[in-house]
Amino acid sequence: MEDVLDVRDLRMRYAKRDVLAGVGFTARRGEVLVLLGPNGAGKTTTIEVLEGFRMRSAGHVSVLGTDPAHGDEAWRARIGVVLQSWRDHAKWHVRELLAHLGRYYAPYSTPGLPRPWDVDDLLETVGLTEQAGQRVRTLSGGQRRRLDVAIGIVGRPEVLFLDEPTAGFDPEARREFHDLIHRLADREAATILLTTHDLDEAERLADRILILAGGTIIADGSAEELSRTIAARSEVRWSRGGERFVHAAENATAFVRDLFRQYGESIEDLEVRRASLEEAYMKLVRDAENSGPRSLTAVVPATPGRPEAPPEPSAEPTTSATEVSA
Amino acid sequence: MNPLLVAARAGLSRGRIELEQTLTSPGDLIAFVVMTGGFLAAMITTRDTPVPGTDFPLGTRTLVSVLALDVGVYGVLWMADRLVGDREDGTLLRAKATPNGMLGYLIGKIVSVSGQIVLAVVTTLLVGAFLVTGLATGRPGSWPALAWVLVLGLPATLPLGVVLGALFPDTRTTGLIFLALGGLAAISGIFSPITRLPAVLQWIGEAFPLYWLGLGMRSALLPNAMAASEPGGSWRHLATFGVLAAWAVAGLVLAPVMLRRTARRESGSKVAARREKAMLRT
Repeated sequence: MEDVLDVRDLRMRYAKRDVLAGVGFTARRGEVLVLLGPNGAGKTTTIEVLEGFRMRSAGHVSVLGTDPAHGDEAWRARIGVVLQSWRDHAKWHVRELLAHLGRYYAPYSTPGLPRPWDVDDLLETVGLTEQAGQRVRTLSGGQRRRLDVAIGIVGRPEVLFLDEPTAGFDPEARREFHDLIHRLADREAATILLTTHDLDEAERLADRILILAGGTIIADGSAEELSRTIAARSEVRWSRGGERFVHAAENATAFVRDLFRQYGESIEDLEVRRASLEEAYMKLVRDAENSGPRSLTAVVPATPGRPEAPPEPSAEPTTSATEVSA
Repeated sequence: MNPLLVAARAGLSRGRIELEQTLTSPGDLIAFVVMTGGFLAAMITTRDTPVPGTDFPLGTRTLVSVLALDVGVYGVLWMADRLVGDREDGTLLRAKATPNGMLGYLIGKIVSVSGQIVLAVVTTLLVGAFLVTGLATGRPGSWPALAWVLVLGLPATLPLGVVLGALFPDTRTTGLIFLALGGLAAISGIFSPITRLPAVLQWIGEAFPLYWLGLGMRSALLPNAMAASEPGGSWRHLATFGVLAAWAVAGLVLAPVMLRRTARRESGSKVAARREKAMLRT
């Protein structure tokens, strides 16, 4: 099946600075991709190129089989966009605005994807039923953001782009938002690309995490894959006879087995911790920054679309890794 | 279902909604009342002053002429200001992110601004008619003449507002349009005939649509004898039609280009950057 998103060697140059120096990734239907990266890494630029709001300097980009730079209105109707900050339509009523914006999508309705989304159903989905009659400017920050998401999905998009959708959310709103994203990906089979600074959020939402640093994708894989590649060692903590011990073990299971064989029941407070996504992220970004943009290593063979890719048997760097660092 | 037709219909209802919002928004209403009140005050204070060279009351001439200013203020100033505001807060980008949203947006703006102009003209004329004497509304040609000047006045001004809206960077700078419009009003014969102005100023005034809008309104609603206080001593209907039509054609050619240009440059990060700038100011 054709990839919904297909980005190869995307480059973006402002004046003499390369913001994006060869970004590449793909996404399948129904996949949730989370784009992580330090501030200024080019996350927003990447997403804006894919939305068709920004011209790229070079590279191949295809969204639903179309180059966003030449996407027509029929293509536009299949895309949903939630940007970082909206203050628009402050005088409109919530329901009125959703109904109005939904109208434009009606001609693009298909039997499989009835467009637009029914307004009452949509209000319920994003939890704004009670605010339906309110003016947009009277909404709280979290409610406003949920309205932005509602507008982003009113046309039942096949691809949804969200730039920092949960910035300023309280924990409850955040959880509700996560449920919504899961529902969209599962029930609507929408492909979702979102950026965030919140690593817990990335871990919770992402089928795949992309880490963007130094202008390229330095890592591409599931949260677990990322933390596993980075942390071969796990941290084992225990106490014996009132004394505390810490050990970094290559093979935690074997180490713990030995531990019990040796000391048996005197072992207490046992804890085994694999490196968290946060640690993996920090290490990857730090390595990338230290080694400079020209010698990046892909920690996971860049074979998106097949997450269960078998590990390379040889010690040689994989071809895809070389491509990324080239 | 034709997508363009659907968007056009959505644009019509968008215009109606925007118009309702303006009419229920205290800020917009106060601006309207202050402006119209100012016009009426200018009328009342010159009620007993004759138009130079005649014994016709200046106030009556002013009433008819400020109708042109209504068209100018809403068609150009208000249109430009709304467009800049919509660009600043992301409304324009939202239109861009919606299929055929720009078409709906533009139609909505045309409908709401035209509606505002008609409301302003009707209100000013209705209230003013009680305050002055000598209006020549009894002639059979009066209302049709007012109608054609108004109908031609909209395409002569609205696209100009769109072009200016595309050029100005933020809502703080659109005040310059207000100043320019004030200056233009002074040399466009709104508050007194331009025949007594230096020739250069007359020519400059005659280059813009405001003078011709006013002239057309006066030809419709003032006695024919008043043509004597215009340059050339005539209503110059053909020239009025020609100049307004020329502005309309130029505007209609230029406005879509400018609107497309300004919309193309919009992106989320631009809206965010402006938001940050705006927050720094407050």
